Amino acid sequence: MLNRQGRATQPAAVPVTGPGADATFAGDAGSILGHRGLDHEERLIFEMGEEGRSGVDLPEPPKVESRLGGLARQGRIGLPGLAEPQVVRHFVRLSRRNYAIDLGLYPLGSCTMKHNPRLNEKMARLPGLGDVHPLQPQSTVQGALELIERLAGWIMTLTGMPAVAMSPAAGAHGELCGLMAIHAAHVAKGDARKRVLVPESAHGTNPATAALCGYTVDPIPATADGRIDLEAFRAKLGPDVAAVMLTNPNTCGLFERDVIAVAEGIHSVGGYFYCDGANFNAIVGRVRPGDLGIDAMHLNLHKTFSTPHGGGGPGSGPVVFSDALKDFAPLPFVRREGDAFRLVEDPREAPKSFGRMKGFHGQMGMFIRALAYMMSHGGDGLRQVAEDAVLAANYVMASLKDVMTPSFDGPCMHEALFDDRFLKDTGVTTLDFAKAMIDQGFHPMTMYFPLVVHGALLIEPTETESKDSIDGFVAVLRGLAEQAIACRGGQGDPAAFTEAPRLAPRRRLDETRAARTPVLRWKQPA
Amino acid sequence: MRYLPLTADDRAAMLGVIGAASVDDLFADVPVPARLPGPLDLPAHQGEWEVEKAFRALAAKSLSPGEVPSFLGAGAYRHHIPASVDHLIQRSEFLTSYTPYQPEIAQGTLQHLFEFQTQVAMLTGMEVANASMYDGATACAEAVLMAKRQTRRPRAILSGGLHPHYRDCTRTMAGFVDHGVETLPLDLDGTEDLVAQLGKDVACVVVQYPDVLGRVRDLTALAEAVHAAGALLIVAVTEIVSLGALQPPGAMGADIVVAEGQSLGVPLSFGGPYVGLFATREKFLRQMPGRLCGETVDADGRRGYVLTLSAREQHIRREKATSNICTNAGLCALAFSIHLSLLGEAGYVRLAQINHGKAVQAADRLAAIPGVSLVNQGFFNEFTLKLPKDATLVVEALAKKRILAGVPGARLWPEDPQAANLLLVAVTELNDDGDVDALVAALAAEVK
Repeated sequence: MLNRQGRATQPAAVPVTGPGADATFAGDAGSILGHRGLDHEERLIFEMGEEGRSGVDLPEPPKVESRLGGLARQGRIGLPGLAEPQVVRHFVRLSRRNYAIDLGLYPLGSCTMKHNPRLNEKMARLPGLGDVHPLQPQSTVQGALELIERLAGWIMTLTGMPAVAMSPAAGAHGELCGLMAIHAAHVAKGDARKRVLVPESAHGTNPATAALCGYTVDPIPATADGRIDLEAFRAKLGPDVAAVMLTNPNTCGLFERDVIAVAEGIHSVGGYFYCDGANFNAIVGRVRPGDLGIDAMHLNLHKTFSTPHGGGGPGSGPVVFSDALKDFAPLPFVRREGDAFRLVEDPREAPKSFGRMKGFHGQMGMFIRALAYMMSHGGDGLRQVAEDAVLAANYVMASLKDVMTPSFDGPCMHEALFDDRFLKDTGVTTLDFAKAMIDQGFHPMTMYFPLVVHGALLIEPTETESKDSIDGFVAVLRGLAEQAIACRGGQGDPAAFTEAPRLAPRRRLDETRAARTPVLRWKQPA
Repeated sequence: MRYLPLTADDRAAMLGVIGAASVDDLFADVPVPARLPGPLDLPAHQGEWEVEKAFRALAAKSLSPGEVPSFLGAGAYRHHIPASVDHLIQRSEFLTSYTPYQPEIAQGTLQHLFEFQTQVAMLTGMEVANASMYDGATACAEAVLMAKRQTRRPRAILSGGLHPHYRDCTRTMAGFVDHGVETLPLDLDGTEDLVAQLGKDVACVVVQYPDVLGRVRDLTALAEAVHAAGALLIVAVTEIVSLGALQPPGAMGADIVVAEGQSLGVPLSFGGPYVGLFATREKFLRQMPGRLCGETVDADGRRGYVLTLSAREQHIRREKATSNICTNAGLCALAFSIHLSLLGEAGYVRLAQINHGKAVQAADRLAAIPGVSLVNQGFFNEFTLKLPKDATLVVEALAKKRILAGVPGARLWPEDPQAANLLLVAVTELNDDGDVDALVAALAAEVK
């Protein structure tokens, strides 16, 4: 059975294929190999190639007597052999099955999918920065150390904080860095505490991080206007509270109006204020976290400062510290000594430091890209970044508020939060609505997060979208919302949602099956 | 500004739709004392060539190992990266995509992760692998946390042959759970007795293979003793090329293998970003940290891939998650996979043989220098020399002659006097005979 686009809506006649089966392409009727125009089916690399072939020409190994201590590998590993053109084609074909910010607006709320400048990629590949070894004599890597120090300077100025730890590898690793410094500070006072307060709207990494540090997580409810409930927060304060972890702007896309009261409250019981800086892109250049009373905050260089997400990393999560915490920051760190730069690695030089949390010195490749981004924008441009990001989100909100249901009144920051009230009685869920966007050529927004509203749809357009691009996106969402609303009372065409996507390389995937009978690797067919 | 498409007219029109007089109205929730009136004291925006000039000036201040004979290793290795690797990872669809939360339009990343997990499991000789960790050192810490969860025991025993960065990260990150991370000192004479440390409260023993000094040791008997004591054996590998020549840890009884994957596809980049590999036995699956990609079918019955078993992860389980990790090392994992796919079985094995052969030749020549001795007999592509004088001074002196001789022991064990004269030397396929000639001559002159 074919749909209006001429594609099968029923399971194809070709039987379901398992791993390694020959007939991998249970494709559409009419396609012999499953390819459709420019969309190519691609087998697993293990199902291709031949033993003995290689895509790299290597010389004969030197003839020596083995010194492997009798531990030479026995038997085959199982890797396929392919020539370079085969490998290149394999990965190019795979690449074409991904959505990407370079292809279109990528409205994932809280993820900040902004343009990744290519100058940054070029700079990261300069041999004197990208091809230096972490353990070279420090006299031979002065330029690399100076770069780290220079980036640290920008970060401290932008945040108004007196210190920054550069080594955390990503946002969650930065949270860990912040909480470990807080833990160390309490222990140094002989006052190891037990509880960390975390709003219900927080990213999952916040409670997971607090638990990793041995803390009990105590949730704080949100108010009806999407902010931290200050009274509930104050009621939970006590001498056993180590810290509060507050995301600001928060995951509802709102600035926490009571942030200074939160700082005063936590400090009044001797606790520390951890701020999740995942959303710093909304306020960079307009607000310094140092003016809000925070003690520690991570920055996601892969969000605010444009380093590419790469399909899930690498990230980089430097953490800024207040005077109260800076001595507890991790090793190593760069210290300027006259005209020279020195990497301090020996714990004896930083006796209060909680220690090392990453191999080597941090995500240098991301530092290079982030600094190139900052220098390109300058202090003036970074302020414009925040303003345009907030403007874009509010424009989306204003353009959709009559057909979708914003969760909260008033202006938002860098992302617009809607809930699923507009889908009531339509038979269309947030998930269906999001999947229908795929057929319209857009990546869906963040769904079902934050947890404080029902069926959340969180849209972050970012400052790197043109008005034309945003208008196109708005037109699609308006069209879909109207189409969904037309399904109320058993009318309309709910299948356009519930069966979406129909035009993507794959239709909806069976996640239950994946979890119940996990197949996590290819195996040679028996 | 070249990255900001909105014009002044656009902004005015958008404010009109919003019904705001100015963009300041949108920041009304910010407390008045925290509002910055204008740009901070930072340099103004710059064009491409101005930024590039500044970066070239910084780059010129460092000595790249690519320009000179270099024998640096100790957890980061300079190997040839085929040109197509860097080209492919810069494909927009890989570079500028997010974590594959929408599998219908992320099959490229997902199929790659499935292939990556398979490759890692194959190399390590394990049953399952995850979709990557930050690096080898943090993967090691996660393995210890996992072993504690799995065994419900408090103590972790770390061999003195474990890279000090791995040791320190593990102590930092896993130290909050029962405070049971015990580290043994550097063991130069190879008499460390890990079996004697075992007991009913030991969750795991962590060893490195080859160890930080380059020694290779059969772990089979250790694994048996560890298992008999009800604990898990964690094996850390810092040079993944070694497994093209050596028995995989999985074949010797390892329960968890963690590794640094940098050697395949990932540039040195002054220490990061790299890619942590994490593999284990299927029976420990539910305690694994990090993302996992699994095979399934779509509504049309076609094979496809999704992130799976996410009930272990922070975005679902919050404070009960197996780890707090979210973003991992996706693009570095892709570089790893492409490089390994290009090599194939034959290329990977041969690459390992070349590394080993060149290292054997270099080791014999260096150990023949009067006063210089080889600490370890067995090794893969990295070995340790004992010099007749302080190795840090020797390395500095040779750097002035534009030779990067290796990593001095004091860089890794600053507090341990027995490390002062040690020099860790790594040899890869990129070192030619001229490099070794230069090192031998310069080292001989320096220690004379």
